[in-house]
Amino acid sequence: MITTAPVEVEAPKNYINAEYGLKSWLLTQDHKRIAVLYLISITFFFLIGGIFATLIRLELATPAADLVESNTYNKLFTMHGIIMIFLFLVPSIPATLGNFLIPLMIGAKDLAFPRINLLSWYIYILGGIMTLYVMVTGGVDTGWTFYTPLSSTYSNGYVIATACAIFVAGFSSILTGLNFVVTIHRMRAPGMTWFRLPLFVWAHYATSLLQILGTPVLAVTLLLLGLERGLHIGIFDPALGGDPVLFQHLFWFYSHPAVYIMILPAMGVISEVISTFCRRAPMGYTFIAFSSVAIAVFGFLVWGHHLFVSSQSVYAGMVFSVLSYLVAIPSAIKVFNWTATMYKGSVLLSTPMLYALGFIGLFTIGGLTGLFLAAMGMDVHLTDTYFVVAHFHYIMVGGAILGYLAGLHFWWPKITGRMYSEAWSRISAVIVFVGFNLTFFPQFVLGYLGMPRRYHVYPPEFQIYNVLSSAGASVLGIGLLLPFVYLAFSLKYGALAGSNPWGATGLEWQTDSPPTTENFAITPVVTAEAYDYAAGQGAKTVVVA
Amino acid sequence: MDTNHIPIFPEQASAIAGSVDGLYAFLVLTTAFFSLLIAVLIVYFAIKYRRRSDDYIPGPVHGGLALEIIWSVIPLGLSMVMFAWGASLFFTESRPPDDSLEIYVTGKQWMWKLQHMEGQREMNELHIPVNRNIKLTMTSEDVIHDFFVPAFRSKSDVLPGKYTTEWFRPTKVGTYHIFCAEYCGTRHSNMIGTVYVMEPNHYAEWLATGGAQGSLAQRGEALFQQLGCVNCHQTDGQGRCPNLIGVFGKPVRTNVGVVTADASYVRESILNPGAKIVDGYQNIMPVFQGLVTEEGLQQLIEYVRSLGPTASDVTRIQPGGSAGGGHALPPGRVDPDPKGKGVSPPQQ
Repeated sequence: MITTAPVEVEAPKNYINAEYGLKSWLLTQDHKRIAVLYLISITFFFLIGGIFATLIRLELATPAADLVESNTYNKLFTMHGIIMIFLFLVPSIPATLGNFLIPLMIGAKDLAFPRINLLSWYIYILGGIMTLYVMVTGGVDTGWTFYTPLSSTYSNGYVIATACAIFVAGFSSILTGLNFVVTIHRMRAPGMTWFRLPLFVWAHYATSLLQILGTPVLAVTLLLLGLERGLHIGIFDPALGGDPVLFQHLFWFYSHPAVYIMILPAMGVISEVISTFCRRAPMGYTFIAFSSVAIAVFGFLVWGHHLFVSSQSVYAGMVFSVLSYLVAIPSAIKVFNWTATMYKGSVLLSTPMLYALGFIGLFTIGGLTGLFLAAMGMDVHLTDTYFVVAHFHYIMVGGAILGYLAGLHFWWPKITGRMYSEAWSRISAVIVFVGFNLTFFPQFVLGYLGMPRRYHVYPPEFQIYNVLSSAGASVLGIGLLLPFVYLAFSLKYGALAGSNPWGATGLEWQTDSPPTTENFAITPVVTAEAYDYAAGQGAKTVVVA
Repeated sequence: MDTNHIPIFPEQASAIAGSVDGLYAFLVLTTAFFSLLIAVLIVYFAIKYRRRSDDYIPGPVHGGLALEIIWSVIPLGLSMVMFAWGASLFFTESRPPDDSLEIYVTGKQWMWKLQHMEGQREMNELHIPVNRNIKLTMTSEDVIHDFFVPAFRSKSDVLPGKYTTEWFRPTKVGTYHIFCAEYCGTRHSNMIGTVYVMEPNHYAEWLATGGAQGSLAQRGEALFQQLGCVNCHQTDGQGRCPNLIGVFGKPVRTNVGVVTADASYVRESILNPGAKIVDGYQNIMPVFQGLVTEEGLQQLIEYVRSLGPTASDVTRIQPGGSAGGGHALPPGRVDPDPKGKGVSPPQQ
């Protein structure tokens, strides 16, 4: 160059401004950019799933059918479930925060298979587009559980197309899990031993095992469903010589562990957040780490508790019941350890911490109400009622989504390099907590009173609780929409975050915000345990050339 | 909306309801205690140990193994109590007493069809006497349904292709909801009905108003003739197919081992005779899949049941099977019409 341009202060290079243009994003192999792609796409599907939820709660405000007809209502709750579970909750924390943070936390430059990582996003998008196709061409009305022979023979909806969409999206989940397992095994920085891994990484390791081992079973189940519906091969429909309950066994063999796919990463987030905002190592590191693995293992052995009233043998039911109680113990251990971590800590009620404490409260209620459903004699009355609806929303919304929001607020400064409005974000955290309880707590009572789930119209004596629930949903909706405003605002106007705004110890906080494409200028060497607050920040790494 | 009365518990209208509510109360109290414990600790710690100085670094938490063991073992112990309590309650719920009044239930999109032994047929309504054990034998014509009566705390899936059972002992005269609790398609929430629990005398009056076509077993007998079953299932043991007298409820030797000749076995043997063939017979019976309705099957089963196994029943059967075997009531079943009017079957 002959002339020099007027001197400008160049922003330091990071993964966001390393390259420009749509192509640089759509063909990226940087785990951080792929995480952002996922973040945008799952947010899109969260909004669609949320619109369905809004319509459901509006319809249920009165006992009669006054907003939509039954067929439409059935499609609404089916699409709400499918989109929220397969396209939002399952990928939510692993594909966004996990993707972004695991290499940073273990001191690696990227995941083990960057191209497969990008491929998994494209597979997810393909599954998403197929789901949108089903939605606009007429929808599906089987419920997200696809019970046979309703789904295989009697439903008029787009069952095969939906099954294909979920089949495809599942491979995205499998590939992400595979990538994480290999990365955690092979890509740890020198000195980053297994028991120096942040608990977030342990939680994702356990989640990945579930994704790899469980999701193929779902794929097989959906394939069999498609074969029966399309080619009339008798597998599940007794009219064709099949067994309808076999489908339930296969479906829940994946779909119960899927609950742990949703909740374990959230538990990982909570361990990080609690530790940071108490400024100390979480109590019982090894107990929390191994409880994640225990949940993953036992999680595969409890599927039959969905079938207590499905003509399953009483003795099989007892085995599933006792194992369901055993899987609750590791969760209890985590809750007690998190709570005890606050004792004599240095507690800061920042936004991520508010969400994390909200998580503990709601997850505790969600987990404890699971004990009701695991008691066989109790489950007879409660199963397929609103008690179940309330229970799993406490786990999936109160647990998984609050965990996701805690993580998103905690690492937002790392991802974007900007701080959001602390006042607005705290307000929204409180609104979400209050709105959530108002929405779902009445449903426990409603369920015990006997209101079955998936009811479009209902007897008038149930209305009072449905009105409370719908009112709560509008509060919850406001709480969930606020972050869209203040987080978007922060992208342009937020204060610069600096590398470690919370004073945390993890490796991810010792590189720039946002990080450079390579994550670390030089490979870090880890010389201390995780969460070593006493040693002071930064002391855990030694920089080598 | 009746805001003066906001219910927390459903009505207790069956013998088991109190036990279920008892377990529920135990679970609510135990879990509320732990939820409040965690909530109070979190709020207390958040205030008491709030960050006062950015320089203060608290030391690691001490407590260690003892604490970890305590808060693993206590929840484990409590959860095993819940397990044992829930399982023992489930045993009671899933085993109908022998003296139960039996009623057949058929679910189909989107209605409930019920048949009483005495011949009454109902749709979306169930009339039963108070303080009697009631056993429902249920199946579906299409998808999976679920027969749920919240006031009885009773629920069971209703499956196509097989029988499931459910029992309860209503303890309070009144009317109660029947809900379909397993999502079954478009009009799932309209698949509802009413249980009428009646005083025994009112129930007897109600029974007297229906059943003009005879009891279930009598209808089954007519069907048995109409379908030509009688040609091979001869009662003198000379037919090409097994003699059905005295068979019901007994073990039968078949090519796949010994099976009990219960309702499910009889049903399967009609629809798919080749599945289990009685020793000494050929697989020559035609398949009746699609030729007999679920209700017809229930009538045939009751006819076969009426043929045995008690000796007194056997002696009353004439060759040709037309001697009013349908009037024989298995032990424990109430005679709907002791005075012999109304539903009393005419002797042919």
